[in-house]
Amino acid sequence: MTAPTTSAAKAARTYHLAEGEDHDHAGGNGATLLGFWIYLMSDALIFAALFATFGVLNSSYAGGPVPREIFELPLVALNTALLLISSITFGFAMLEMEAGRISGTRSWLLVTALFGAGFLGIEIYEFSSLIAEGATPQRSAFLSAFFTLVGTHGLHVFFGLIWIATMLAQIGQRGLGLDNKRRLMCLSMFWHFLDIIWIGVFTFVYLFGVLR
Amino acid sequence: MPEHSFLKTVFGRLTFESFPIHEPILLTTFIVVVVLGLGIVAALSYFRLWSFLWKEWFTSVDHKRIGIMYVILGIVMLVRGFADALMMRAQQAVAFGPNEGYLPSHHYDQIFTAHGTIMIFFVAIPLVAGLINFVMPLQIGARDVAFPFLNNLSFWLTVSGAALVMMSLFVGEFARTGWLSYAPLAGLEYSPDTGVDYYLWSLQIAGIGTTLSAINLVATIIKMRAPGMTMMKMPVFCWTALCSQVLAIAIFPVLTAAFFLLILDRYLGTHFFTNDMGGSPMMYWNMVWIWGHPEVYVLVLPAFGIYSEITSTFTGKRLFGYSSMVYATVVITILSYIVWLHHFFTMGAGASVNSFFGIATMVISIPTGAKIFNWLFTMYRGRIVYELPMMWVVAFMLTFVVGGMTGVLLAVPPADFVLHNSLFLVAHFHNVIIGGVVFALLAGITYWFPKAFGFKLDPFWGGVSFWGWVIGYWVAWTPIYVVGLMGVTRRLNHIDDATLQPYFVVAAIGALIIMVGILGTVMSIVMGIVRRHQLRDLTGDPWNGRTLEWSTSSPPPAYNFAFTPVVHDLDAWYDMKSRGYQRPAGGYRPIHMPRNTGSGVYLSTLAMVFGFAMIWYMWWLAALAALGLLTVAIGHTFNYNRDTFIPADDVARAEAQRARPAVAGD
Amino acid sequence: MSTTQLAGPHAPELHGHGDTHGHGTRRGYVIGFLLSVVLTAIPFWLVMTETLFSTPATAVAIFACALLQIVVHVVYFLHLNTRSEGGWTLIAFIFTVVIVGITIGGSIWVMYHLNTNMMPMMPSMGSR
Repeated sequence: MTAPTTSAAKAARTYHLAEGEDHDHAGGNGATLLGFWIYLMSDALIFAALFATFGVLNSSYAGGPVPREIFELPLVALNTALLLISSITFGFAMLEMEAGRISGTRSWLLVTALFGAGFLGIEIYEFSSLIAEGATPQRSAFLSAFFTLVGTHGLHVFFGLIWIATMLAQIGQRGLGLDNKRRLMCLSMFWHFLDIIWIGVFTFVYLFGVLR
Repeated sequence: MPEHSFLKTVFGRLTFESFPIHEPILLTTFIVVVVLGLGIVAALSYFRLWSFLWKEWFTSVDHKRIGIMYVILGIVMLVRGFADALMMRAQQAVAFGPNEGYLPSHHYDQIFTAHGTIMIFFVAIPLVAGLINFVMPLQIGARDVAFPFLNNLSFWLTVSGAALVMMSLFVGEFARTGWLSYAPLAGLEYSPDTGVDYYLWSLQIAGIGTTLSAINLVATIIKMRAPGMTMMKMPVFCWTALCSQVLAIAIFPVLTAAFFLLILDRYLGTHFFTNDMGGSPMMYWNMVWIWGHPEVYVLVLPAFGIYSEITSTFTGKRLFGYSSMVYATVVITILSYIVWLHHFFTMGAGASVNSFFGIATMVISIPTGAKIFNWLFTMYRGRIVYELPMMWVVAFMLTFVVGGMTGVLLAVPPADFVLHNSLFLVAHFHNVIIGGVVFALLAGITYWFPKAFGFKLDPFWGGVSFWGWVIGYWVAWTPIYVVGLMGVTRRLNHIDDATLQPYFVVAAIGALIIMVGILGTVMSIVMGIVRRHQLRDLTGDPWNGRTLEWSTSSPPPAYNFAFTPVVHDLDAWYDMKSRGYQRPAGGYRPIHMPRNTGSGVYLSTLAMVFGFAMIWYMWWLAALAALGLLTVAIGHTFNYNRDTFIPADDVARAEAQRARPAVAGD
Repeated sequence: MSTTQLAGPHAPELHGHGDTHGHGTRRGYVIGFLLSVVLTAIPFWLVMTETLFSTPATAVAIFACALLQIVVHVVYFLHLNTRSEGGWTLIAFIFTVVIVGITIGGSIWVMYHLNTNMMPMMPSMGSR
């Protein structure tokens, strides 16, 4: 970037980049990571609205089941552990990516996906046993809010798994070029963001629910 | 019977009765639209324009083309929304006492719902998005927005939403619940038909487009400003665009969530907003207005930005108080997020809550007032040129301020208890939206049209448009303020007290005058095209502008700037002109540009099919469309070949064309 | 534009022009993980064993642990700092936190008042 010359002459300023400076960004304009971060902030706001709804409706039992009756904390603890472990395995995948090791990256991504799938599996088990015993989303506003908040988080994890699968394919095809690295960094932000949301879920839905 | 259930499986709840076969007006309109539509398709095929349209416009990722398409969408939907308004005014001018008018409430309710929904979501939002899209990258010295494909997708998602709303005119019915579709009326128990579903799905699809577009524009302003253009050297329009789109990102997720929960209530029988089983309809109002109030600032902030640009250009002076304009914009942005309860003072939150929100609402008028003073001080001792854009600014100042004042009046909770849901309220928000947003959009279109197309709009018809809109607004809405103060409720298709009729007749005449204004707008474009040789802009700077978009040719080349500009001061182009800047005549380099893509069209079409299928309970089609969406979206990511280069020779040719005087005969 | 060659750890293309996003280190991820484990175990243990003397105290404790763990995640896993993207990610994050606070807190405050004032009256109550 050229600085204006200090001479008093009026026509001293340069109004366009000189030859050597105006190199095109072959790797894109560098806005992707910030743009994805902003998208995550908007996703956080969707969850905020769902948390607010849960906060308003969480004692509207309509004579139906209350949290203490339906939440199994050991299962939730296991789920939380799976998701947290998947966060660090994703971190290891990113370290492999920084080092440029394709197979290491893919292996840790696969491990992450397995833990994520385990998380979803347990959640599906939890939901189906609740529904089987009559604690359905249609039973009360509390249950509607519970299933929707936790279910929306689970849906995000599901899409995250699809994304991991896609990345596994694309890294296998094209290796760790600029595009794939950028995509992995976005996926990394997404995955950790989901674990942050889960902190809110297990605290305000499960733990607070049992406390009440 | 198996045959019967097979039809139900395939067509869901869609039957022959879903078409308006019993409604002569609708049926006629349907036939006319189909014939016109087929005519357009035939003409495009005959002149072999499909390939041109597809390659140059529909698949374009150029922010300028996308901006123009947004504006076209907005103007087309304005005509539809205004037709709804004329129908309402006609009904309300005659339906007194024993006269029931021509619109039973079943239809009237759909018309006012459609009118509001279309005007906000498919006129105001696209027009604002279109202007920001076209102007902002040029003003910051960029070649495009940060995410060109996402830009294209956002536009087509908005079109899909609009298409669904338009379909509801002829297939099934639209919502009868008002433009925000309040629960519990909008729940399955009270609105089981397709109406609310059309509303919800079209707005969810369009809302995703708006959110993605907002992320795009914010990232662009943050990351892609030309070297030397610090935040405080950015044009004020870009500041207002930034704040407006940040606000949009903050609020659309809440609306998405609210609509998502209502969809769950309607499709899965959950109890978020039902009257029973613990549901809370009041929570719907709360969420929808957390969106709804900041939304009007999403619209009005860019409007203020447009006024700032026009005022400084047509007074030949730098905008007065640039820093205070920026701070006022930021303060308005933040404050707009803490006033939402003033839309339901009467719902019963009580004095402590009401007074907090009432005071916050009144406070918002302070930074707005500061802006008005800044514009006045800019005009003071300036050399004012009363071209049409500047006339709009003056009309805005005289009109909008009244609306702002009635807003402060409504902000007082005890006053609002009398005026809530009266026609006084309706007059207030039309006052600020028309006087604030619509006037700005018309001014902005007039101001930037020559940049987009290379010739000015026809000034005579522009004047017709101006006087039609301004006189029409005052004639149409002043009586509504009066009857509102007298106690008339909104959304009525019939009024018992016939002594009020004269007011509504005057209002209807005002609506007809506005119609003249709209015709003037359309004619200014048509006659502009017809007389484009006399109205040609040869220099790229027809108004003696001060910001970077005026340094390009009219229209700009695809790449906007042959060389990335370097900025040293506010009002960068004025700075360049005053220092005798000469455009370089050689040394061009190849320019890196994104490729066109059809993925946006495909994804949006699939989204529209998905919405339609969900509305009509055609589950197999919805599943297919959803699968299609996933497949196309993932498939798109396997395309890594997204870029191309414009060769230096092409750049040289385009720049040389600019230096040549125009040849007669286009 | 080459998409198939491996870009090294600190390739100029990824790090030019203000690309200042953070990186993890093995140490950072492990520390973050261990802190998270502790901040998760404590709340679960408190609630499942009903150790603390009162419910409000427990609630405050697990709320604090949740907030802390979110900070741990944001710092150690998301690498949020003042330099990333010229400070814009931090600004966006703080702005979002404020908006989330207003949305959740404001909604609960408003709805609490609405529910209290608009509670359906029993037939025997109310003026007669």
